[in-house]
Amino acid sequence: MSKNLNRIIIPVLSVILGLIVGAIIMLVSGYNPIQGYSQLWNGIFGDVYVIGESVRQITPYIFAGLAFAFAIKTGLFNIGVEGQLVVGWFVSVYVGAAFQLPPGIHLIVALLAGGLAGALWAFIPGLLKAKLGVNEVVVTIMMNYTALHVTNALVRAWVGKDVSDKVHETASLRIPAWEEATMYSRMHAGIIIALIAVIVIWYLLRNTTIGYELKAVGLNRDAAQYAGMNVERNIVLAMVISGFLAGLGGSMEGLGTFEYVSTKSGLTGIGFDGIAVSILGANHPIGIIFGAVLFGALKYGALSMPNPPAKIPEQMISIIIAIIVFFAASPYIFPWLKEKFTRKKGGN
Amino acid sequence: MEYVIEMLNITKTFGDLKANDNITLQVKKGEIHALLGENGAGKSTLMNVLFGLYQPDSGEIRVKGKPVKITDPNVANDLGIGMVHQHFMLVDTFTVTENIILGMEPVKRGTIDIKDAAKEIEKLSKTYGLDVDPYAYISDISVGMQQRVEILKTLYRGADILIFDEPTAVLTPQEIDELLEIMQRLIKEGKSIILITHKLKEIMQAADRVTVIRRGKGIKTLNVSETNPDELASLMVGRDVHFEIDKKPAEPKDVVLKIENLVVKDYRGVDKVKGLNLSVRRGEILGIAGVDGNGQSELVEAITGLRHVESGKIYLNGEDITNKKPREITETGIGHIPQDRQKHGLVLPYTVAENLILQTYYQKPYSKMGILNFKSIKENAHKIIEKYDVRTQSELSTAGSLSGGNQQKVIIGREIERDPDLLIAAQPTRGLDVGAIEFIHKQLVEQRDKGKAVLLVSFELDEVMSVSDRIAVIFDGQIIGIVDPKETNEQELGLLMAGQIKEPIYESDKTPEREGE
Repeated sequence: MSKNLNRIIIPVLSVILGLIVGAIIMLVSGYNPIQGYSQLWNGIFGDVYVIGESVRQITPYIFAGLAFAFAIKTGLFNIGVEGQLVVGWFVSVYVGAAFQLPPGIHLIVALLAGGLAGALWAFIPGLLKAKLGVNEVVVTIMMNYTALHVTNALVRAWVGKDVSDKVHETASLRIPAWEEATMYSRMHAGIIIALIAVIVIWYLLRNTTIGYELKAVGLNRDAAQYAGMNVERNIVLAMVISGFLAGLGGSMEGLGTFEYVSTKSGLTGIGFDGIAVSILGANHPIGIIFGAVLFGALKYGALSMPNPPAKIPEQMISIIIAIIVFFAASPYIFPWLKEKFTRKKGGN
Repeated sequence: MEYVIEMLNITKTFGDLKANDNITLQVKKGEIHALLGENGAGKSTLMNVLFGLYQPDSGEIRVKGKPVKITDPNVANDLGIGMVHQHFMLVDTFTVTENIILGMEPVKRGTIDIKDAAKEIEKLSKTYGLDVDPYAYISDISVGMQQRVEILKTLYRGADILIFDEPTAVLTPQEIDELLEIMQRLIKEGKSIILITHKLKEIMQAADRVTVIRRGKGIKTLNVSETNPDELASLMVGRDVHFEIDKKPAEPKDVVLKIENLVVKDYRGVDKVKGLNLSVRRGEILGIAGVDGNGQSELVEAITGLRHVESGKIYLNGEDITNKKPREITETGIGHIPQDRQKHGLVLPYTVAENLILQTYYQKPYSKMGILNFKSIKENAHKIIEKYDVRTQSELSTAGSLSGGNQQKVIIGREIERDPDLLIAAQPTRGLDVGAIEFIHKQLVEQRDKGKAVLLVSFELDEVMSVSDRIAVIFDGQIIGIVDPKETNEQELGLLMAGQIKEPIYESDKTPEREGE
């Protein structure tokens, strides 16, 4: 009971503390925190347009957070969500733009293609870890950059310029009615898919033998092997599912928000933010929604902070988010430090 | 009366739990004072208070009559208190001397002065008859020697009150005798010793006085000369305990497990099991006696499919199971109580209920079409928790929150309830208290009486001798003798375990069996 309570109280406290510390920093820097926060609030909830845009921003964060949390639950540290997302973005746009398929089917195929591309990108580090014991952190970090440059090259090879064609309407996540209702924000159907993904993953981890195996392998490889589980296959499977979710996150951008893919000078950052989303959500599928909402809303709302009268640089929100994550992560840090110290003392 | 250590009315609580409730421990100068109690009784907490790792909520500590505040282990060291840990804290690739000076290296002109340190260590070693080579590498010396290095470490740091934490757990009978001699010599040289143990025999043999604690309370301090093991056991557990295992003579029937010329390598690729032959029959408990590291772990892992078999054959009920996958072997009918229950036997963050379906989760009724059936999982958990008296708040408590004895009951319940033909129990009572040991031994005998074959691997001679119907002694990867527990004694077994074969003995049951039967 208290453990469940902690999982809710700690993130909430972290947000409050983050906002308080943020206010202090604003004061010290000569800004008015009340003006700042009211503009932030209005930037998130002020009218239907910003609400729609906030939801749009939240969608890929749900996937990125879910991808990272799934890996953590199964004992893996998938830093490569970013790269898997970038690959998923490219492939779903390619399928959405280069092929002609019937409505409905086209969208499903394009989404699946994005997910599978992410899964494939995660399969490689998964296989290397399972067969050769190579640390997945190192491989996935390197593959983030590989993903960036490979997709850039593929975009140029495909269209001969830096921005691709738009995906066909049959493959788009946009819903004209929603856009009209939100003063033409870019809010799209992806949020529904994201919420479905949360429920599916939650059910998979909680109620199925696959989830039981994946978690057992993640928590104790030796016991899993003793119990007759195929440890190697489960490691690969865990990475593949995590990568599939990340790839879908890329499809949200590719088929929903932008409807195209362009060459990038750097990584998107969504995948890395997924780590913070996962921490804020206590690595729990349902918690991820909370983390993604907070993250997406703050990131989007911050765009209104530089307006007068507050005139607060939008980077302020990065500081506040960092502080929130710091506090939210502290429950992991403190027991760890405590344990380290007592063990060291005991060793004398 | 002169006391070197007085811990007066010590109370230490963790949340709601009173780990130490008004305990008093007084150690006289020059005595071996045993601290006896079940696991979780509060022995470790009390010693951690003395060693400065915990601060007591109330109570007073006096060292040589002076009240002291021990705020951290360095203070304890300065007061002359040294701890010989159960798990050695040694760097394998360092020499004895390097290990001993670690953390307080003597420096001469900017470099470490190994030579003087080694000389001093040699002197200490001679004084106390420890016979340790200061220049030997830890990886090259025996476990018994490593323990002496731990003792030297405390002496080098000037300790005159030594705490031994379960020191005999890893030693052979001969090494135990030597250790007890060393303790006597330490006493003669003016040291005082606190001996933490749950082995009554050692207390009777070595200690002068004994303080029994039970559930956080100090029960009694007695003179060892005026008590006996039965009294100590009942004081420790709080009820009468039966040491003698109540069992009928074995009625062995057909062979269940048959091993032929088995060769298994360890993780470094070194042969650990070297052409081993063995067979276990229905209705008998075969005990494997031997010093840790003679191939027992590799043997068990090979039988259960966790380790690759280089050559040789393993048959279960006549079926060849050599190099089959663990799941196939489990399904063929082997139950396995693993040596390391936390590493192999349990997923600690999983609930008790989840751990109880570790090998059967994919089968009906626990799941259907890949969907877990929480109702059957819960019913199964309730059944085993009740039948095997697992003390847990509920089936939803994590396995990690249980005591060692209860964790072991979870594993034993799970393995027995799968109804295997062969039950392998590797060190099933390691680190457990008298009550839990009694329970587990009873379970093993019950399985035997039901016509199952039981293979018991243990480093505890008493256990092997009292539980087994036949004892196979393993040395250097081979069975070098099979003896009848009723006709042997510790000396003979000890010699066999050390590899000194009295006469070549081979498989005693050379009854004509053919492969595949």
